[in-house]
Amino acid sequence: MMDGLDDSPDLLAEDENKPRTESVDLTKDDTLSIDISDALSERDRVKFTVHTKTTLPDFRESEFSVVRQHEEFIWLHDRFVENEEYGGYIIPPAPPRPDFDASREKLQKLGEGEGTMTKEEFTKMKQELEAEYLATFKKTVAMHEVFLQRLAAHPAFRKDTNFRVFLEYDQDLSVRLKNKKEKLGWFIKSMSQSVDEVLLSNQKDADEFFEQEKGFLVEYHNRIAQSTKCADRMTKMHKSVADSYIKLSTGLGSLATCENTELDNYLPSSVRGASKETTKVFNKVSECFEKSRKLEARVSSDEDLKLSDTLRYYLRDTSAAKDLLYRRTRALADYENANKDLDKARAKNRNVQQAEQAQQRACEKYEHLSELAKSELQDFKKRRVGAFRKNLVELAELEIKHAKALNQLYRNCIAQLKEEGRAAKAQPQ
Amino acid sequence: MADDREPPPLFDDEKPDKKEEEDDLFATPNEAPKEEVKDEPASLPTEPAQDKASEDLFAADDDLFGDKQEGPVEVDTSKLRRKLTEDVDDLSPIEEPKPLIPTAADSGKPPQSDAAAKKEPPKEKEKAKEVKPAYKEEPANVSTDQPLLKPMKVSVDLHTPKPAQNMQEESAAPPQLEVVDEPPPEMDISGEGEEVDLDSPETEGPSSPAKMEPDSDSSPLEAPPMAEVLPPAKPVTEEKPKPTPAPRKPSMEKSKEEVGYTSFAQIEEEESGDQFALDIKVHDPGKIGDGMGAYMSYKVTTQCLDFGEEKKTSIPAFRRPSMTVTRRFSDFLGLHEKLSQKHVHIGRIVPPAPEKSVVGMTKIKMSKEDTSSTEFVEKRRALLERFLQRISIHPVLQMDPDFRDFLEQDELPRATSTSAVSGAGVLRLIKGVGDTLSKVTIKMDESDQWFEEKQNQVEALDQQLKKLHASVEALVTYRKELGISTAAFAKSTAMLSNSEEHTALSRALSQLAEVEEKIEQVHLEQADNDFFLLSELLKDYIGIIQAIRIVFHERVKSFHNWQNAQQTLAKKREAEAKFKQTGKTDKIAHAQEEIREWEGKVE
Repeated sequence: MMDGLDDSPDLLAEDENKPRTESVDLTKDDTLSIDISDALSERDRVKFTVHTKTTLPDFRESEFSVVRQHEEFIWLHDRFVENEEYGGYIIPPAPPRPDFDASREKLQKLGEGEGTMTKEEFTKMKQELEAEYLATFKKTVAMHEVFLQRLAAHPAFRKDTNFRVFLEYDQDLSVRLKNKKEKLGWFIKSMSQSVDEVLLSNQKDADEFFEQEKGFLVEYHNRIAQSTKCADRMTKMHKSVADSYIKLSTGLGSLATCENTELDNYLPSSVRGASKETTKVFNKVSECFEKSRKLEARVSSDEDLKLSDTLRYYLRDTSAAKDLLYRRTRALADYENANKDLDKARAKNRNVQQAEQAQQRACEKYEHLSELAKSELQDFKKRRVGAFRKNLVELAELEIKHAKALNQLYRNCIAQLKEEGRAAKAQPQ
Repeated sequence: MADDREPPPLFDDEKPDKKEEEDDLFATPNEAPKEEVKDEPASLPTEPAQDKASEDLFAADDDLFGDKQEGPVEVDTSKLRRKLTEDVDDLSPIEEPKPLIPTAADSGKPPQSDAAAKKEPPKEKEKAKEVKPAYKEEPANVSTDQPLLKPMKVSVDLHTPKPAQNMQEESAAPPQLEVVDEPPPEMDISGEGEEVDLDSPETEGPSSPAKMEPDSDSSPLEAPPMAEVLPPAKPVTEEKPKPTPAPRKPSMEKSKEEVGYTSFAQIEEEESGDQFALDIKVHDPGKIGDGMGAYMSYKVTTQCLDFGEEKKTSIPAFRRPSMTVTRRFSDFLGLHEKLSQKHVHIGRIVPPAPEKSVVGMTKIKMSKEDTSSTEFVEKRRALLERFLQRISIHPVLQMDPDFRDFLEQDELPRATSTSAVSGAGVLRLIKGVGDTLSKVTIKMDESDQWFEEKQNQVEALDQQLKKLHASVEALVTYRKELGISTAAFAKSTAMLSNSEEHTALSRALSQLAEVEEKIEQVHLEQADNDFFLLSELLKDYIGIIQAIRIVFHERVKSFHNWQNAQQTLAKKREAEAKFKQTGKTDKIAHAQEEIREWEGKVE
């Protein structure tokens, strides 16, 4: 589990770093490296220990660590979003809220159903759930880490003061969760944004690149959302299949004991032999199921890791890119409005100066945004392709590995069963 | 083994005591004056009992007894043992229950008149000799069990006779006389409650048809004559005094055998298919008719396979080595109905027939060509095939004329009682309710350890299988869903690849989509296999266990009947004793008649 989970941030980090280094030659990877060295779960909050190692002169020390909570990550993200300067960048998506409710709920359900299953089964199920919980936990940590790493790797974001404060300030940042008013404000804002998006969708774009990009991203986003949902569902089902193996194997096991214990004394030897055969067979098959359960569980978790998580990450990334496009379109609209205003002002010959300035500003902003966005989007594409390639290749390799292991397992099992059968036949003679 | 075996006899010895007490309650008032009078009737029941009980099996014991009578107490143990072992070996095919027989037989003897005891043995011995060769065909493994029983048997033999003889000598002593008087009913109790065997062979004496059945079990060689004998064996449901005892007793023995053989041997046999001589295939399901009157018909092809020379003659009743008939589903149900009417009653486990599925059939009736209905038909076809094969490997059921007709006859009378909504269906339902009720009300102290164990085990097995079945079902559902979600994922990946700009990535994604599609196929296929191979198998066995339970229940019922009869008999006897006491001679004859009748029932 450990290896698997640690893989993903690294991979992503690498992917991100590669393109970065091309564009920003001066900074090497090791100038600012961030990792989350520890995470503690306290009730429903998770405390991450953020460890930073840097050679940058802006930081007071070269190595330090602070304790941060999820809310503080969100706060950091929001600061970036709110900052107009970064309008032209794809802001790395904020990590998802740590969500252990699903695991807890399952655990509770399991506790309720304790009476209906055997002890063995129960412990196995519990173990399975605990493993699942641990996996979610690790994944959450990894997401947060990736978020910080991306920020650190970005030439603009890494210099942000808020980011520095986040990394350096060893006291509580005293960010609270958004209160109701803010939440409402946020909601209205997002509503207006989506309305805006619809309104702006008719906005003609002079630049073909952006026009095309916009179409692509919208479509891509929808589809990747769909894919993610399906992949999640698929992994969940796979997990269920693996879990149902538990019941199967214990069921077979108890069947074996049932066959074994009670008949012995009351059957002629041949039949007793047969029942012992059956017992053996049951035991073997149950063992086999148990093993294959583990393999299937691995398959499912790997699928989850390599496929669903990649998809999910890029789902959020595309939505970030979409936001960028939105900001750009907004700027474009502003620019056009400013143009109109300027025309009006000229026609009326009033406030021409002011309008000209506004138009100028808007134009600059728009152009700046467009330029940045272009490079960001190209970057994004490269990154995405790279990440997908990497993860898909790994997925395929793992799938093949697991499939081979399963195949081997079943073959062995069949061979053993056949052996038993021969032995059983040989015995009576 | 020997240790485990020991308890039953002990138990046996104890049990009569308990019963005795009960009987005492009835008897005590009349005890003292009855003495003389009772002696006679008491011996009466034993004689018929002896008659029946003392065919081949008991010939040995009777013989021993005869020896004892002549050269009474000096009978040396070694001789006894040798004799017993010989006999036991010869009689090996008769199953385990035997250990108890000696006890019953021996203790039953004392009250018997010497003359009767001496006369009977030789006859029986002759009979026994006649039958013995047939039994020798039995597989050796059964007899390997037998020797283990001997020590115990002998010990019983040695101990019980002595007190008995003492009693005979001192027959004047009232307290002992009580004991002597009482035995006949007790003996019946111990003999029947625990060891049904005692009576099953009895059938041989009166040459009732049912007697052949044990033989058929033991040796296929006897099959041909038996085929003719079997039909009359049809157990009569109304309690006619004579035929009932025969089927009823074997029922217990039979079910015992059956549980041993069917449930386990079948597992074996399914793995190594070469054990049955009939190869039955159900194939070519076809829909006949249209609309609601439509039904499915199946072709049933039977081939008699020869495995070795012995088996060549095993089923000569079939006229051709291979035949094909067309049967519809209700014919199968009809066959099951007939077989279970005949056989469940006497304790045989009839393989369960597939259930009637109104939903599935309606689907077929309604739809023309549908994948779901073909799946249903295929499933049912497999079920039917298994059903027939199960019957065909059963030593007795395979000989059943109805089964043969089913395989051979071109036209079968339509089974009417099997349609789901018919009056017969309702009747069945009512009967089912009655059965469940009686299942609750009739409690039986399990007196036979074998059955007790077996019943517990079957219950446990049933539970486990059901659980397993449920989890397999869950697995199948999950897997199907996995398949479906994989398909959805493949689709969405394909979409994604369409909108992907980067050509290489797009290609990769579309390939992923293809692979996922294939995986989906694999998942679905596996789900199907899980279902057909595992789930259906488990379901089958759950069905069989249900059948076993029915047989158990049947046994409990017959035990109940028998106990009722027992009580009535005791009452009648009392009444008769009263009549004799009061001197109402005219009524005595009537009462005696009644007693005889009930004795018959008790048997």
